[in-house]
Amino acid sequence: MLKILKYSFYDLMRSRWSYVYFAFYLLLGVVLLFLNNNLSKAIITLMNVIIVLVPLIGTIFGVMYYYNSKEFTELLLAQPLKRSSIFLGQYLGVALSLSMSLILGLGIPFIFYGLFKSNVIWDFSLLLITGTFLTFIFTALAFNIALSNENKIKGFGYAILLWLFLAVVYDGIFLMSLILFEDYPLDKLSLTGTMLNPIDLSRTLILLKLDISALLGYTGAIFKRFFGTNLGFIVSLTMLLVWVILPVLRIVSKSKRKDF
Amino acid sequence: MIQIEQLHKQFGKNVVLNGVDLNINNGGIFAVLGPNGSGKTTLIKSILGMVVPNKGTISIQGTNIKKNSEYRKHIDYLPQIANFPNNLKVKELIRMIKDLRGETTNEQELIARFKLEPFLDKKLGNLSGGTKQKVNIVLTFMFNSPLVILDEPTTGLDPIALIHLKALIQAEKEKGKTVLITSHIMSFVEEIADEIVFLLEGVIYFKGTLHELKTKTSQPDLEHAIASILTTNHA
Repeated sequence: MLKILKYSFYDLMRSRWSYVYFAFYLLLGVVLLFLNNNLSKAIITLMNVIIVLVPLIGTIFGVMYYYNSKEFTELLLAQPLKRSSIFLGQYLGVALSLSMSLILGLGIPFIFYGLFKSNVIWDFSLLLITGTFLTFIFTALAFNIALSNENKIKGFGYAILLWLFLAVVYDGIFLMSLILFEDYPLDKLSLTGTMLNPIDLSRTLILLKLDISALLGYTGAIFKRFFGTNLGFIVSLTMLLVWVILPVLRIVSKSKRKDF
Repeated sequence: MIQIEQLHKQFGKNVVLNGVDLNINNGGIFAVLGPNGSGKTTLIKSILGMVVPNKGTISIQGTNIKKNSEYRKHIDYLPQIANFPNNLKVKELIRMIKDLRGETTNEQELIARFKLEPFLDKKLGNLSGGTKQKVNIVLTFMFNSPLVILDEPTTGLDPIALIHLKALIQAEKEKGKTVLITSHIMSFVEEIADEIVFLLEGVIYFKGTLHELKTKTSQPDLEHAIASILTTNHA
């Protein structure tokens, strides 16, 4: 698996898109720091961008990589390699190179701005950790979609729908249900609702850490009251981990049964 | 070498292989022929473990291939469409496959034979279809495995490369290897194949030498022999 990972990573690290993605974050970091002139404020703005953009890029890149390397995968399948190591290797290659672009692209301007001397370094690290989690989650989901759909267009369609659902529609439905059932106790519902969506989960996680009550919203308030900041933090991190593990397990089992 | 018993495979409602029995024991060049959609590629992919059969067993060199990946060490496979990661250089791809499979025997000689030296430092994305196929051939033949499987090996090759390819296949045969080929170019098959395996509607319709096939169908050449099988079965 490590060999496949190495070569996928190497291949992607030299693709134009990795650089575009890297340059985008670099620019975003510089511009935000320039406009805000304040590390914490820049982090909050970044959070809002990352939470929507990272899943989108992860899904699109994951699906694109899978379909583009299809014939090459077939060549690998004819080698004495386990199927699970081929697909896990490719998945990790994509997820790692995307995470690298994110971490370096945002890290460099913040370091130059004096991140290490400021007290927001942990907030910033958490932002990068959540971004990395989101990359791993959505790349895994993308691989799942691509493995289940032979048709490229369908695969892309489902991937975009998934992103749209989790990033936009889910929140709408969630809010509607909160309004509809406002006469009932909603703590458990809103907690579960947040757990089931990695994007909401990441948002809550960062907001809990940044401790900005104004932005916490209803969910965050509940989260905070229910878990206390530390427990809530650990639970949401564990849930993010579960969100990575489950799709990865499905990649393994699905790839074993698939015909190429 | 290869033992296949009662192999069944269907994709959805489409039955592709319907009880294939095939035994290939000795070395030699075997051409797997059949009309479009007769299950040639599915059969080959089943042998390689890329397609999971519904029923039946396949053994390569005496070991059942189910849930096994190590047996592929003994197979060299040339896939039909050569499409490699675009950002890798030819040199790096060769090194990578070597890294995955182990040491090669005649890599340099093959590169020289197909005149690939000027392309070694080029990215695979910038190569023409024929050059990619040459790289593909080098990747396949640079290992010394007892079983060689070639899926449409002639695609995109110029006449010189084709001559080299034929010589390579003959050389492999002389080493006592088993070579399995699918092709639609009958003159190519007629020139190199020792035995024909003819697939029709998911079963093996004929297995034997070229000569036997011609006598059976009383036709002068392979092309007509195949055509006569098809017309008598579909008329």
